[in-house]
Amino acid sequence: MDASIYARLDDVTLSFGEHVILKNCNLDIVRGAITCIVGLSGAGKSTILRLLDGLIEPSSGHVYVDGHDLCHTPERKLVDLRQKTSLAFQFAALLDSLTIGENVGLPLREHTALPDEKIRHIVDDALESVGLRHIYDSLPNELSGGMLKRAGFARAIVTRPELVLYDEPTTGLDPIVTNLITDTILRLREKLDGTAVVISHDLHSIFRMADYVAMLFEGAIIAYGPREEIRTSTNPFVQQFLTGSEVGPIPV
Amino acid sequence: MRLLERFGEGTIAFLEYLGGIFSLVGESIRSLVHAQIRYAETFVQSYELGLGSLLIVLLTSLFTGMVISLESAQQAVQFGIGSLVGGAVTYTSVRELGPMLTAVVVAGRVGSAIAAEIGSMVVTEQIDALRSMGLSPVRFLVVPRLLALAFMLPLLTIFADIISIVGGMWIAQAYAHINPATFISSARQAVGFDDVVKGLVKALVFACIIAFVGCYQGLSTRGGAAGVGRATTSAVVISIILIFGTNFIMSYLLFGAH
Ligand SMILES: Nc1ncnc2c1ncn2[C@@H]1O[C@H](COP(=O)(O)OP(=O)(O)OP(=O)(O)O)[C@@H](O)[C@H]1O
Ligand SMILES: [Mg+2]
Repeated sequence: MDASIYARLDDVTLSFGEHVILKNCNLDIVRGAITCIVGLSGAGKSTILRLLDGLIEPSSGHVYVDGHDLCHTPERKLVDLRQKTSLAFQFAALLDSLTIGENVGLPLREHTALPDEKIRHIVDDALESVGLRHIYDSLPNELSGGMLKRAGFARAIVTRPELVLYDEPTTGLDPIVTNLITDTILRLREKLDGTAVVISHDLHSIFRMADYVAMLFEGAIIAYGPREEIRTSTNPFVQQFLTGSEVGPIPV
Repeated sequence: MRLLERFGEGTIAFLEYLGGIFSLVGESIRSLVHAQIRYAETFVQSYELGLGSLLIVLLTSLFTGMVISLESAQQAVQFGIGSLVGGAVTYTSVRELGPMLTAVVVAGRVGSAIAAEIGSMVVTEQIDALRSMGLSPVRFLVVPRLLALAFMLPLLTIFADIISIVGGMWIAQAYAHINPATFISSARQAVGFDDVVKGLVKALVFACIIAFVGCYQGLSTRGGAAGVGRATTSAVVISIILIFGTNFIMSYLLFGAH
C-alpha cells in the first residue's frame, strides 16, 4: 500500500441479515489529511467509522489501518491496535458511572504512566478546547446532549492518536461551538500531523476543514476528491446533495 | 421433519451459548493470570453486592432454618428423638440450603443487576467505547464482578448457615422444648468442618455461574430497552436453573460418592 495512504477500505461489503449496508465500497484515507464523508442519513457513514476502528468486521473485503489488516484479527490484538485510533461517537457514549473528568482522562490513566496532576492538566486542556470548563466533576446524566458530545470529542483527542474518527462532531451544536470544534480539528492536524476522518452534514464546516471529500450513496463511494474538485463537481448526485434540492437523481 | 429441524436449531443455539460462555471464562482467566485486575472497582462491587444482599439472605435463611426445625421437631418429638433436631437443621443448612438459597437470592438480586447494567451499556454504545479506547470489557467489567461475587457469596453463605442454625435452635426450644445445649451437641455430631468447606466450594461455583451468566447475557444484549429487559430476565432464569443442576451434581460428587 502506498505510504501516503493511512487507511483503506478495500472492496468492503457489509450486511446485517438481509439488509445490505455497504456494497463493494472502496475508500482511501490520506495520511495527515482530513477526509470528510458526506451522505444521506442512514447511508452507512457511522458504519464506515466502526469498520475503521475494528469494532465490526465486513462480510467480505478488507479494512487496512496503518498497514494492518483488521479483518480476522483476534480481539486481543485489536485492543492494542485501537490505541492508535480513536473514535468520537455520534452520541458521545461516555461511561455513565464515571464523571466527565474521569471519562476524558480514562484512556490516559489506562494506557500511560502519567501522574494524576499531569492527567488532570491534560484533561482540563482538552475540555477547554471544546468550550467546557467547570464540568470536570459532573456526571454524564447531568449534562445536555451537546455538552456530552463535546466531552466525547475531548475524550477522543486526549491521547493525541494518529487517526481520529469524528462521527458528526458538530451536529446539533450552536454556530459558535461548531466553529470552535472545527478549529480544534484543524489545529490537531497542523500540530500533530494526525489523520482524521470526519462525518458531517454541515457544508460550511466541511469546506472549511476538509482536504478530501467522499460522498457515500447506496452503499458505495460515488464521488471522491480534493475539496475544490467536489465543490465544483458536475456529478448530479453531488450537485443535488450540495444544493439540498429535492429534484435530482437522489430519491426523496 | 419440521420437528427435527427445530431440534437441530435448538442444539446449535445451545452450543453457541456454551461457546460464548466458555470464551468469556477463558478471557477472564487470561485477565486474572496476567493480574490485570481493577482493585478499586472490585472493592466497590464487593461492598455493594455484599451489603446489598445481606439483609435478604439473612431473612430467607432465618425462616428456612426455622421451618426445617419446626417440621423435624414435630416428627422427632413424636418418635422420642428430639435430641437429633439440631443435627437435622445444621446438616441441611450447611450442606444444601445455605449455599443454594443464598445463590438463588443473589442470582435474583445481583445477577439481574449485572445483566441490566452491562446490557444498557451495550445499547448506549458504552461497551463499544471501551473497546474503541483499547480497553477490554472483560477486564474492565467482568473480572471485578466475578471476583466480587467469588469473594462475597461464600461469605454470605457463612452468614446464612449461622442464622439458619440460630433460627432452628430458637424454634426447637420454643416449640419442642429442646434445649440449646442438646441442639448444639447434636449439630456438632452431624456436621464436620469438611461439610462446611464443601458447602463453601458450592458457593464459589455458584458465584462463577451468576457472574458469567449475568455478564454474558448483558454483553449479548441486542435491541434497545426491551433487549435489556430480556437480558435481565434470562440471566436470572438461566443462572437459577444452572444453580439447581450443578447443586445436584456437586452434592453427588462431594457428599454422595462414598
Ligand atoms: N447493528 C445493526 N443491526 C442492523 N442494522 C444496522 C445496525 N447498525 C446499523 N444498521 C443499519 O445500517 C444503516 C446505516 O447505519 P449508520 O448508523 O451507519 O448510518 P449513518 O450514515 O451514520 O446515518 P446518520 O447520518 O443518521 O447517523 C442503517 O440503515 C441502519 O439501519
Ligand atoms: Mg451516523
